[in-house]
Amino acid sequence: MSTELERILDDAQAAVSAAEDERALDAVRVHYLGKKGQLTALLKNLGKLSPEERPQAGAAINAAKEHVQGWLASRKTALAAGQLEAALSADRVDVTLPGRRQTVGGLYPVTSVLLRIEAIFAGAGYDVVTGPEIEDDYHNFEALNIPAHHPARAMHDTFYFGDGTLLRTHTSPSQVHVMEQQAPPIRVICPGRVYRRDSDLTHSPMFQQVEGLVVDKGVSFADLKGTVIEFLQTFFERDLEVRFRPSYFPFTEPSAEVDVQCVHCLGNGCRVCSQTGWLEVMGCGLVHPRVLEMSGIDSEGYSGFAFGMGGDRLAMLLYEVDDLRLFYENDLRFLRQFN
Amino acid sequence: MKFSETWLREWVDPPVHRDELLEQLTMAGLEVDGVVPVSGAFSGVVVARVASVESHPDADKLAVCQVEDGEGSVQVVCGAPNVRAGLVTAFARVGAMLPGDFKIKKAKLRGVESRGMLCSAAELGLGDDHDGILELGEGAAVGADLRETLKLDDVSVDVDLTPNRGDCLSLRGLAREVGVLNNSAVSYPEIAPVTAVVEDVFPVTLEAPEGCPRYLGRVIRGIDTNGDSPAWLKERLRRCGLRSIDPVVDVTNYVMLELGQPMHAFDLRQLQQGIVVRMATSGEKLTLLDGKEVALDEDTLLITDAGGPVAIAGVMGGERSGVQPDTVDVFLECAFFAPLAVSGTARRYGLHTDASHRYERGVDSALQHQAMERATRLLLDIVGGEAGPVTETVDPEKLPVRATVRLRENRLNQLVGAPMSTSDVDEALKRLDFRLLDRDVTERDGVCWTIEAPSHRFDIEREADLVEEVVRIYGYNRVPARRPVTDLALRAVPLGQSAEADLKHFLASQGLQEAVTYSFVDPKLQDLLDPGTRSVALANPMSSEQSVMRTNMLAGLVGALQLNMSRQQERVRLFEVGLCFQPAADTDSVGEAGDRSVVRQQPLLAIVLSGASVPEGWNQGRDDVDFFDIKGLMDQVFDWAGLVDVSYVSRRDDVMHPGQAATVLLAGRPVGRLGRLHPEVETRLDVPRPIYFLEVEAGAVLRRGTRKYQAFSRYPSVRRDLALVVDEQVTAAEIERVVRETLGSVLTDFRVFDVYHGKGIDSNEKSLAVGLTLQDPSATLNEDQIAGYTEDVLAALQRGVNARLR
Repeated sequence: MSTELERILDDAQAAVSAAEDERALDAVRVHYLGKKGQLTALLKNLGKLSPEERPQAGAAINAAKEHVQGWLASRKTALAAGQLEAALSADRVDVTLPGRRQTVGGLYPVTSVLLRIEAIFAGAGYDVVTGPEIEDDYHNFEALNIPAHHPARAMHDTFYFGDGTLLRTHTSPSQVHVMEQQAPPIRVICPGRVYRRDSDLTHSPMFQQVEGLVVDKGVSFADLKGTVIEFLQTFFERDLEVRFRPSYFPFTEPSAEVDVQCVHCLGNGCRVCSQTGWLEVMGCGLVHPRVLEMSGIDSEGYSGFAFGMGGDRLAMLLYEVDDLRLFYENDLRFLRQFN
Repeated sequence: MKFSETWLREWVDPPVHRDELLEQLTMAGLEVDGVVPVSGAFSGVVVARVASVESHPDADKLAVCQVEDGEGSVQVVCGAPNVRAGLVTAFARVGAMLPGDFKIKKAKLRGVESRGMLCSAAELGLGDDHDGILELGEGAAVGADLRETLKLDDVSVDVDLTPNRGDCLSLRGLAREVGVLNNSAVSYPEIAPVTAVVEDVFPVTLEAPEGCPRYLGRVIRGIDTNGDSPAWLKERLRRCGLRSIDPVVDVTNYVMLELGQPMHAFDLRQLQQGIVVRMATSGEKLTLLDGKEVALDEDTLLITDAGGPVAIAGVMGGERSGVQPDTVDVFLECAFFAPLAVSGTARRYGLHTDASHRYERGVDSALQHQAMERATRLLLDIVGGEAGPVTETVDPEKLPVRATVRLRENRLNQLVGAPMSTSDVDEALKRLDFRLLDRDVTERDGVCWTIEAPSHRFDIEREADLVEEVVRIYGYNRVPARRPVTDLALRAVPLGQSAEADLKHFLASQGLQEAVTYSFVDPKLQDLLDPGTRSVALANPMSSEQSVMRTNMLAGLVGALQLNMSRQQERVRLFEVGLCFQPAADTDSVGEAGDRSVVRQQPLLAIVLSGASVPEGWNQGRDDVDFFDIKGLMDQVFDWAGLVDVSYVSRRDDVMHPGQAATVLLAGRPVGRLGRLHPEVETRLDVPRPIYFLEVEAGAVLRRGTRKYQAFSRYPSVRRDLALVVDEQVTAAEIERVVRETLGSVLTDFRVFDVYHGKGIDSNEKSLAVGLTLQDPSATLNEDQIAGYTEDVLAALQRGVNARLR
């Protein structure tokens, strides 16, 4: 009896292991544990044993049944796991194929530069103002102390419309509008398109400028220098040297050109700075008292400073663009580089 | 202004090297723009005398010369036409290096030995004259090094002078400035009056004394203009960027360079009766020295005689009265013309001359006598002749008034932002030749200097001008830098408005690239893209392609799109925000050429799309963009702005596809348009693929609806889908309106998820599948309620748009 049981158990274990799917496994279960199964048959035969033998034999058969049931259960789990694994394996992707993306565009590089400038000055409480691009002679010239026939007009090659109006040659008229409308203290930044009748490798008939204007009590040349130096160092993120050269703008007195140490070679001399080590980046000065007066500001009580720079020029320096004309072609291969 | 360093150092010679001197000029506001050596690099060239010349036995054009070079006699073969016995010239010895690393060696020319070379100006980099060898004049020491003899270790310096510094447009002015910067003495040349030896004078009348308050004249008789100007004079002119013309012109140019006073010489025999300086009358004409005839306008100051105009004052002389090779008697003019009388004139006639450049910026009104004497002396020395007396015609009332200006110590310190020492101020004012009229001290202002500006400064009118001068001499870079201290008011950040920058960032996030295109465009392109609209034209455009202001954004963006397509960039998505310029409604009552208010300068936002809807990929569609791509962008912009009262209606538009064009309305007001360009327009633009665009008032989408919180339901929503059949003419918007009106707030979402034409649907009908999401704020909807809502909607749709279920 016990040898037979052992034999059945050995066979059952082998059969469970050999079952390759759930159906085969079920057949194994029926073969050993079903109504006509081999272990079931042994139980049915217990009656033939003596009462003394019966409990021991019964316990042995039941233990055998439990073994078989355990084997069946673990085999079933293993088969299920294998199936899932096989199914998921079939779902494999090529992880090197490109992902699905949305197109992302970007801002025009000079816009980014102007916004950067605005952000730097907004942090110090400057307002951003814009103005019309077709201006009258008064706001573009007269109110800025550039009367008709002034030789400084030759510095501005102007586009005219023939009715006394013109395309603004600088953003300075925005300053005039602000001073006409607002009492000091004034702190503004005026970005925008400006136009000059000039076109070559380094000039575009349309370009972008930013002007700053501060009018308050006690504003000084030292304040102007501090503001300009700190701005340039902040903009280029380097402690560049800055120097001020006397210059001439009819609407400021004193006037200065501002040179910054070449951002490319740090002053050693290179192609970008024409070997001088310096880059001319802006003009500035104390607001001419006549300009304040023409806009109705008391030039004894108040003083101011103004500065102006080219957005295109700063963008060229910041992004190391060597050809101004690229800015006005709008070639996507150019524009996308600044996204 | 170009000048020679050596010449400058004859006037003032501060103990600083060349580089430092030029740096000083730049840092004083006289920006050095270029520095060029006055000769090529060469060595081993000496002054030599041609002792004898014999013809070459085998070459007609060559001569065999014996040359004395100070060390002996050398045989040299020379081909120059001007070689002759006795000529003192430049001789490159064997071993000399000429410009271009050209080494002089012993040579045989057609069989005759030549030991060295006689040189032309061009061969030494001394200008472009290569017609003959240099003629140095008898005075040059034979055997001396040529570089030393001609002072060739010199540079020609170009300074870029700002318009306020007319006083530096001469050696005299530059020397004065260098003297100020270095506190060095300037040796002004002695100019002795030339005594008159003839009595001839020519009468002068000033009829426009505002323009010409001082006019000096002088007759010089019996000159000989057939010779050349002397070498030293020509060389000085060359080093200052001027060409030699003839001895008389060379002398007047020389005096202009030296002292800053433009002059003019007339052929006396051509002048009739007397000089009258007056304004032109209309209809007058003048043929200028360069042969061009100009019609004169009434704002032009003229020099005239009985025969009419002989010169435009301070700009250019006339042909009739110009000095000729056979001129014997000249009348020299040396005048002060007011800047206002000359400025503008040169520009109007397109005649920018050295004279007009100086008069516009201001010529020293006290300079005329000196300049006249200087020019007379030079002329007599060079072309001979006999001088008459100087005649001066002057209206003292109209001469420039020297400004009296007061500088206050406390104001100066406030404007500089740092205390200046009063002795620095004293020093600066003194060096600049400002005449101190008074120096007092008040409690309020501190030291006050009252000065009179010198006659050569036209830019000193008020205190600010003196502040600049004092700080300039003190040094801009010595002024400390500090942060301004000020009331820090907070910036206004309006809730009801979005910043343009935010809009641009949003558009970039939608896959659009910002472009910036010219505000002036080609009128032909504009007419194609905005037919029938008047545009504002530039009076002086750069080119016809940039001659009118854009009335809308299409020309620029379509141009950018064409450029990209031509460069194989086929998927183009661009936007631009900028001003467009429309002449206000063609009501001619406002005045045709009217004022600025007639032009509306309106900021627009425009987008153009062409090419694939999504970028090509292994798992993405390949469709090109269509109407709904551009409309989706418009919808998203409004969503971003928080604007809901938006609608679209079909539009007829000359430049747009008649079936794919819509007007955009915000709260019922048209604010823009969108759709496809008309295929015919696309064909004329020669673009291979459809172009979709939108254009909307930037102000409309920068307005921002303020967000207000609205409670949302916590109960489940249900969705019911309806497949409707309607007439082809019924729009989605009409169906949505009926549904929304019928269901009210219980409808939380409405969407169209299918549109179908074709099998099973009549050809004049279409099927629209819509999905309705229903939700009650305070309860779960039951089946009866849902069925009721659905029935209501279907009934309303039946009534409203004759819709039935499919």
